Amino acid sequence: MEELAVKMQGITKIFNQVKANDCVDFSLRKGSIHGLLGENGAGKTTLMNVLYGLYQQEAGDIFIHGAKAEVDSPLKAISLGIGMVHQHFMLARPLTVVENVMLGRKSRRGILLDTKETARELQTLSDKYGMGVDPYSKIWQLSVGEQQRVEILTALYMGADILLLDEPTAVLTPQETNLFFDTLRQMRDDGKSIVLITHKLEEIIAIVDEVTVLRDGKMIGTLNMDESVTKDQLTRMMVGRDVLFNFKENTRAPGAVRYCLKNLCARNAKGVAALKNFSLDIREGEIVGLAGVDGNGQSELCEVLTGLRPLDAGEITLDDEKMANRPPAYFISHGVCHIPEDRHTTGLAMNWDLELNLILKCFYKAPFAKHGLLCKKAIEEYWEKTRAAYQIKANCGGDTARSLSGGNQQKVILAREIESEPKVLIANQPTRGLDVGAAEYVRQKLLNTRGNGAALLVVSADLEELLQLSDRIAVIYGGELMGILERGADPYQIGELMMGKKQEVSVCEA
Amino acid sequence: MLEKIFTTGFFVSLLASTIRLATPIMVPALGQIYTQRAGILNLGVEGTMLMGAVTGFAVACLTGSLWLGLLCGMLTGMLWSAIMAWLSITMKANQVIAGLGMNILGAGLAAYIYRVIFGVQSLPPAITAFQSISVPGLSDIPILGAVFFQHNALVYLGFLLLPLNWFILEKTTFGLKIKAVGEHPRAADSKGVSVAGVRYAAVLIGGLYAGAAGAFMTIAYLNTFTEAVIGGRGYIAVAVVIFARFLPVRAMWGALLFGFASALQMRLQALGVAIANQLMLMLPYIMTIIALVFASNKAEFPSAYTIPYSRMER
Repeated sequence: MEELAVKMQGITKIFNQVKANDCVDFSLRKGSIHGLLGENGAGKTTLMNVLYGLYQQEAGDIFIHGAKAEVDSPLKAISLGIGMVHQHFMLARPLTVVENVMLGRKSRRGILLDTKETARELQTLSDKYGMGVDPYSKIWQLSVGEQQRVEILTALYMGADILLLDEPTAVLTPQETNLFFDTLRQMRDDGKSIVLITHKLEEIIAIVDEVTVLRDGKMIGTLNMDESVTKDQLTRMMVGRDVLFNFKENTRAPGAVRYCLKNLCARNAKGVAALKNFSLDIREGEIVGLAGVDGNGQSELCEVLTGLRPLDAGEITLDDEKMANRPPAYFISHGVCHIPEDRHTTGLAMNWDLELNLILKCFYKAPFAKHGLLCKKAIEEYWEKTRAAYQIKANCGGDTARSLSGGNQQKVILAREIESEPKVLIANQPTRGLDVGAAEYVRQKLLNTRGNGAALLVVSADLEELLQLSDRIAVIYGGELMGILERGADPYQIGELMMGKKQEVSVCEA
Repeated sequence: MLEKIFTTGFFVSLLASTIRLATPIMVPALGQIYTQRAGILNLGVEGTMLMGAVTGFAVACLTGSLWLGLLCGMLTGMLWSAIMAWLSITMKANQVIAGLGMNILGAGLAAYIYRVIFGVQSLPPAITAFQSISVPGLSDIPILGAVFFQHNALVYLGFLLLPLNWFILEKTTFGLKIKAVGEHPRAADSKGVSVAGVRYAAVLIGGLYAGAAGAFMTIAYLNTFTEAVIGGRGYIAVAVVIFARFLPVRAMWGALLFGFASALQMRLQALGVAIANQLMLMLPYIMTIIALVFASNKAEFPSAYTIPYSRMER
């Protein structure tokens, strides 16, 4: 029997009467990479937060290197040699790398900071694992991938030999992911024990020694990864049923250009150029996927295309209509619909009734309003009809949007945007944070909308999703169009463009 | 006429007075830099200063010791801000409302304490305030000496806080923790920093400074207490912090701006310039507000500004 770095037994964690973890057992062998697989909300992160002392379990025991441990705070976890890299980085952006590191440890100079010594040691550690981190750069100056390396470096520096990584590759390009996996292997060979939280099956198969699957807060099973384990088997464990990975293909070919973007230039909220001469044509009955590392102008582009952000220069043409710098209402009345990035702040009025959220864009029109008064009956009827059609799980139309799960909230938005028969649909991260089933539903609806002849722009951080849905994939980097790839493109090629390598002009479509 | 007004003597006294009047803005602003950097907006500075002013005056008056008065004013400021800290950190109350409430309460309580101790007198009690100290050697420098080196002890001490503030924020572990809990409390927490503890400390230091500045008004600038003695300086100090983008040196410039406008209007009034004195009295506030509004749109607030921290929230 090999030595166990971590053993968790019968862990139960309850949030508001919901069991986020229900009697979960979990063991991490020393010197191994252990995958923790499950859908969003399956309780993976909760389990690791319990191990890291951010949450206290209601029941269950934790053993570290064979000894029972009360991990009641992150400080305790750190002293036990546990380090965690969260999905949302725990780095203060205006501070430097070394400042962020010093936050977690006692200074050798008492109340004074020991910046120089710490920076030197960090540099040494960074060089050892080939991470290329400069201790004196400010966090906001670093790319997401670099920030992640800072997080791992911090954990190592604090003496962690058990590393908990929460969805570490969600923000990386395929190339960065490969490099990252090399680092992980090197750390494993150094004797570190690593937990990799993920919902990506490919990663489990690529790097993991063992995998534990969680579903609805319960442990489904632990497998030793060898050739016999298949993707389907893991999916079934994760989702509890078979999932269709292939959609009904809509064979209708794209038609004429519907939405024409020419040399768009715009600034972000801080006044910095976010779009630089961005040009793209989207044809009717076509899905153009927009790939890029988060924060490269995707959000600004979506806002410009729906009238929410002013354009500095450039032209937007919808059929023959000039759209640039028109108010959002003009876009809506001309059939430009929008599934916004953040359903909580932009997509829905969270404290409003569902039925009102559903008619936000047409409340002033018949049959919902007559002589300036809302017609309650028509609104209710419309809600009932839509709820049935979109299988929205809600008690009644009078419930607030907040009371629904993420998947059902997204269905309300989909219903609102798609039912108006859009000419153009701008969908920004339409499946972010949804579980596999709900994401599948959303994708199918997007394909149906394409089938009805709409022009779609789909922005997603999930490359897999873009490859599945898109007729063409455009890649944005630093607000510039890096290139456009046809269906069936190599993910590696996309990855290169995402990192700012411009496509050869000859391949670029005119 | 103009030559008579704008003499060297006029400018020297204008600038010296600017520095003196800037002190009770700069000191609470420096204190609030700690507080706001840690993510707490304490709008109750005005009330805290009033409490410091009345305590400082009463203790100085009753014991005859100005230094004891200052010390008690500081401690009162700290205690008063402890209530604000409890409301905003432990009870997670809305900081704007809690701060405004603390002001109203502070104003009422300060007036009450004064009445209880001194009653209503036809001639309000007065003390001998801190006197100017001429720095040997330096105060003899022509012009500069009179502007910079002939102030009372508290003005010198106030300006010494400036490098101290910078040093603590940039060079000590405490300063780093303050910045971290204001920027990313969860990150600080996950690295074992007590978010509540650091925030409490930051609010208490802010109260200490505000109490000192309040006492300055009654025992160093004036020599008596009135209910209007603070006159909005607490609010100006809060605004100066934002104007200063949370940096100590910029806070000094903001305070000097207010001090200059105050000193200028006083002298223009004294010269009998034909503008209604009510309008003149508005000058420092108007100038400060204009400067603040234009400068503050560039301010980058700490990410967790005014947001209570709770570990369990997901």
